[in-house]
Amino acid sequence: MSAMKPSLGVFKFASCDGCQLSLLDCEDELLAVNERLHIAYFLEATSHVEGGPFDLALVEGSITTPADAERIRDVRAQSKFLVTIGACATAGGIQALRNWADTPEYLRTVYARPDYIQTLDRSTPIAAHVAVDFELRGCPINKQQLLEVIASFLAGRRPRTPVHSVCLDCKRRGIVCVMVARGIPCLGPVTHTGCGALCPSYDRGCYGCYGPAAQPNLVSLTNQFRADGLSRDATIRFLREFNAYAAEFRAESDRLEGYEQSTQT
Amino acid sequence: MTDDSKPPNARTIRVEALCRVEGEGGLHVRLKGDRIEDVQLTIFEPPRLFEAFLRGRAIEDVPDIVARICGICPVAYQMSAVHAIESGVGVQVSPEIRRLRRLLYCGEWIESHTLHMHLLHAPDFLGFESGLAMARDWPEEVKRGLRLKKHGNQLLEVLGGRAIHPVNVCIGGFYRAPRREELTALIPDFEWGLQAAIDTVRWVAGFDFPAFERPYTMVALVHHEEYAMNEGRIVDNRGQAIDVADYERHYQERQVPHSTALQSVRMVDGSSYFLGPLARVNLSLDRLKPAARRLADELGIAWPSHNSFHGIVARGLEVVHAYEEALEILKTYQPPTPPHVAYQHRAGTGCAATEAPRGLLYHRYNFGDDGLLTEAKIVPPTSQNQGQIEEDLRHWLPRVLDCDEDAMGESCAHLVRNYDPCISCSTHALRLTIER
Repeated sequence: MSAMKPSLGVFKFASCDGCQLSLLDCEDELLAVNERLHIAYFLEATSHVEGGPFDLALVEGSITTPADAERIRDVRAQSKFLVTIGACATAGGIQALRNWADTPEYLRTVYARPDYIQTLDRSTPIAAHVAVDFELRGCPINKQQLLEVIASFLAGRRPRTPVHSVCLDCKRRGIVCVMVARGIPCLGPVTHTGCGALCPSYDRGCYGCYGPAAQPNLVSLTNQFRADGLSRDATIRFLREFNAYAAEFRAESDRLEGYEQSTQT
Repeated sequence: MTDDSKPPNARTIRVEALCRVEGEGGLHVRLKGDRIEDVQLTIFEPPRLFEAFLRGRAIEDVPDIVARICGICPVAYQMSAVHAIESGVGVQVSPEIRRLRRLLYCGEWIESHTLHMHLLHAPDFLGFESGLAMARDWPEEVKRGLRLKKHGNQLLEVLGGRAIHPVNVCIGGFYRAPRREELTALIPDFEWGLQAAIDTVRWVAGFDFPAFERPYTMVALVHHEEYAMNEGRIVDNRGQAIDVADYERHYQERQVPHSTALQSVRMVDGSSYFLGPLARVNLSLDRLKPAARRLADELGIAWPSHNSFHGIVARGLEVVHAYEEALEILKTYQPPTPPHVAYQHRAGTGCAATEAPRGLLYHRYNFGDDGLLTEAKIVPPTSQNQGQIEEDLRHWLPRVLDCDEDAMGESCAHLVRNYDPCISCSTHALRLTIER
């Protein structure tokens, strides 16, 4: 019977475990998922470990070590459908802040003997290393969207996960705009939906957990931040958080940094 | 698995990856005949370098950023961070905000403890490879456990916005206080959960516990009038009690070649120490809420217990305590106004320790009058327990030397899981390799 079920592998790279935990957090659906999928590799959940091939691979985390850069190729080779889950896997995660820094200096800061530690100078998303079949955004991912990915995989269709901005979710939910009404900087206009406009519903600005929405206008937004009195450095920090290395956020934070340099010279 | 290049009485056993722990690592054991030459808890979780990139960040960013150290216990990181920064900028929160923080922590203890008990640890005692496999023979217990876990997550969702990486914690309190009806709606579930948690403790207390008493130095926060979560003095069972501000003068991190996590020792003699639910129950038994306190006496365990296998029972008692405390707060809740206390930036240093599900979590931050960090120090519970785990294994291995290598590996992994190690945290892990 279990041979008939599609096999699932869950793999972790540099990350906090939160996105794979989202699967265990599906308390009402977990036993049903276990009925439909054969869990072949999921270290956090089971001591039962099988090799590939895997019909569905969920990959959490970014690539930060030479060994992991090899391992992801192996996971890819063994997996028919590979889904990256979360901001580390899709954008390099918060640990991608090293990409703007001197990584050996970082290592010296944390470790007395940095020579014991093997790490790459950059934290990069999975798609920078291997082909990815689907990316699920978020820091952390939304567990309902994870179930949608699993259900659509079982049904043989593309997952239905919208790509509009958090800003639109606020309008839909009737949440008063924190930026217009209260001058709180908010990344909602440029951030991918998935959380349901969580932060504005808790009286704070969106901080971009789900990364860039489709076709975001970053320049327009950061101009507005400046008009509202947010400093250039604070704007750069705002863009350089959990999706700092996502292309659109990265381009804008680099543009802002370069703008300063060009005006100084 | 035999290596021909080694003398015949030496052998290597490998369990490549330790399962049912958070994060990744392994265990390396070198044996010569029946002599244990070396035991290493090897953590191969890639380092993420939080303490380095936190420098230059605004203090307001810290609760969101440090949450990402661990998806299982983000609240612990947020709590240690806000308390540390508040002590540095001189913020005193209101009693209402303080209670709401305890409520948030109750949610995390319930969620994290019930996850570990049901899906990660109980399968060791009952001989299953996972909680999901265990559900075939123990369906009611697993379903009950998942329902309890869901309660913890629901509390985190209402109070924090979401269960993993809550968005509502800020310096001075909360961005928004939940409405009364958002919280009171949880009361019926929590009434059920309290009884279910008691039943769960009775169930796990009936497991077969190996007799494995060790002369541990147990360390936990102790508060003079409540079961310590966010505040207290750092106390051990040998009579030492220190202020959190003196932590770095008594406990020291050191680096070992086999691990990306730093290990901590007691500075007085370089010895290991034991953190977590068992240490807390031992040191604060009489501060447990009444139902948890009564239950502790019914279980046939003599407290204080120095058997790490009793960790699952201590975790269960804390779940009962968390339900009792959560219910008290839910029933009397009035939204604090304002939801967070205002403060001015000023240069300073602040430290704090709170009790993460796995044990004491220490943070220290130095920052300038621009509100930007100049230094961050984070000492997670698993790196503090790591030396103790290795020491336990040295004493445990002689009992299982006659087992075949798979059984030996599983037995060692069970012992490691007594500590509910969170390897994502500790790098700020587990591969079993046994060399004979």
